[in-house]
Amino acid sequence: MVLGTYKQITLARSTDKQIQKISQDGGIASALLCFALDEKIIDGAVVAGPSEKMWKPMPTVALTSDDILAAAGTKYTLSPNLWMLKEAVRQYGLEKVGIVTIPCQTMGLRKMQSYPIGVRFMADKIALDIGIFCTENFSFESLKTFIQAKAGVDFDLVEKMDIGKGKFWVHTADDVISFPIKETHGYEQNGCKVCLDLVSELSDVSTGSIGAPDDWSAVMTRTDSGETIFSKAVDAGLIETKPMDEGKFGLEMLTKLATSKKEKAMKVIDDRKAMGLPVPFKASNEKEGDPLANV
Amino acid sequence: MLARIKEFLGMEAKPKEEASEQEVEKVAEEEKAKPRIGYIHLSGCTGEGMSLTENYDILAPLLTEMVDIVYGQTLVDLWEMPEMDIALVEGSVCLQDDHSMKELLEVREKAGLVVAFGSCAATGCFTRYSRGGQQAQPNHESFVPIADVVKVDLAIPGCPPSPEIIAKTVVAVLNGDMDYLQPMMDLAGYTEACGCDLQTKVVNQALCIGCGTCAMACQTRALSMTDGRPELNEDRCIKCGICYVQCPRSWWPAERINMDLGL
Repeated sequence: MVLGTYKQITLARSTDKQIQKISQDGGIASALLCFALDEKIIDGAVVAGPSEKMWKPMPTVALTSDDILAAAGTKYTLSPNLWMLKEAVRQYGLEKVGIVTIPCQTMGLRKMQSYPIGVRFMADKIALDIGIFCTENFSFESLKTFIQAKAGVDFDLVEKMDIGKGKFWVHTADDVISFPIKETHGYEQNGCKVCLDLVSELSDVSTGSIGAPDDWSAVMTRTDSGETIFSKAVDAGLIETKPMDEGKFGLEMLTKLATSKKEKAMKVIDDRKAMGLPVPFKASNEKEGDPLANV
Repeated sequence: MLARIKEFLGMEAKPKEEASEQEVEKVAEEEKAKPRIGYIHLSGCTGEGMSLTENYDILAPLLTEMVDIVYGQTLVDLWEMPEMDIALVEGSVCLQDDHSMKELLEVREKAGLVVAFGSCAATGCFTRYSRGGQQAQPNHESFVPIADVVKVDLAIPGCPPSPEIIAKTVVAVLNGDMDYLQPMMDLAGYTEACGCDLQTKVVNQALCIGCGTCAMACQTRALSMTDGRPELNEDRCIKCGICYVQCPRSWWPAERINMDLGL
């Protein structure tokens, strides 16, 4: 199952006008975190917040809806959110923490929860993990290279970045510039090349734009707690849903991209193993069952 | 009792496996096979024992109903080391300390399972910095992980290991859950640890994804993240190995995670 185990898959978007205005797509991560804060399901959340440098995120502990909204929108570079979990629990003393993670971060989080070998009294404080779809990530310098050198746009003028329809889009106040996503190849983070997970298979709720029309997000609820929180937010009217399109631009596209990420990664994993390089994942010939499973 | 402890730890498995777990519990209760545990204290700071006691809610039943502590300084009034099922060894061993060396060798003979309990025993940890020439024993210079001297079956690194991992390991041992213990068996071979392992074994190997787990796990805050990569303050690193052990790119327990999440 290339999309991991899930309870429901749907299209969704925040009904909050403010969130709609500033969010990347459907504003699901922002809406769910704000709802969880209001309902006291969480008492704070670790998010990729702003830093002093434009488009360079800084993991941040958000304690209010304003903090969460300040972190809305995708930044296509590294934000080591798990690092800030320690601050959230030790410095801020949070007991119920929400966190937004990309798939590899979700994996670090879940490994820590199942094997909290040197991590004291933290595993039980994770109340909500929202996983974001991710095809690959870029170092800050890589991102700068293709925004400033390839697209010729000053970082300070960029208002939004987006990946969709095979292109990387750069929005400024009065212009939209795009270049083929192929041109970013060679700049993606090396560690991404062995990653088998596009859809945050181990999160409580995962969400992303792939398979969704503009201004909507695809959402998959996975764990019991994820399903409960998402349903409550829908019932409360904070998130609206509509069925996911099964076809070419919906589920089919999501499945296709998740499969292709896995197939590419399996080839790299197999090649690395053949060379004797370390990989934490199983090679094709070591796998029983699903040849594309995230194991 | 086992069920209560597992509930406390959030270790309840998926419903379909409950039956078999109940059977295990039943068998365990019927046979009253309480494992005999010894606690051997070498060159460590007692942090491991303190972490064990942080399992407040389950400590009393754990110690009285589930295991027999048969040997240990201050725990049991006994001079002769008895036969033991499990020996928890805390601390590294000093090659110049005849008493410690003798005790460690004796542990290997008398215990079924020898557990390197905590990073000093597992990787040498902080004691790796020792170079002798200090009071009260200037000649005590060489402190090594116990696996350098005897065969070790399981290693639970950490300075100290978390209360949860201690409880989870005990439950896994009582249940004979070898799948859960497998990483700890593998870690018995990880005796030369350093924060710089992140650079040599992860970043250099094109595996780092900048998630920040290492910096979160570091117990001395020797690690921070700069431009999405771990940055080590060597002056703070105690060579416990936890950063690399928790890294999702060092080993990946996929099946256990899916089971724990009910996926």
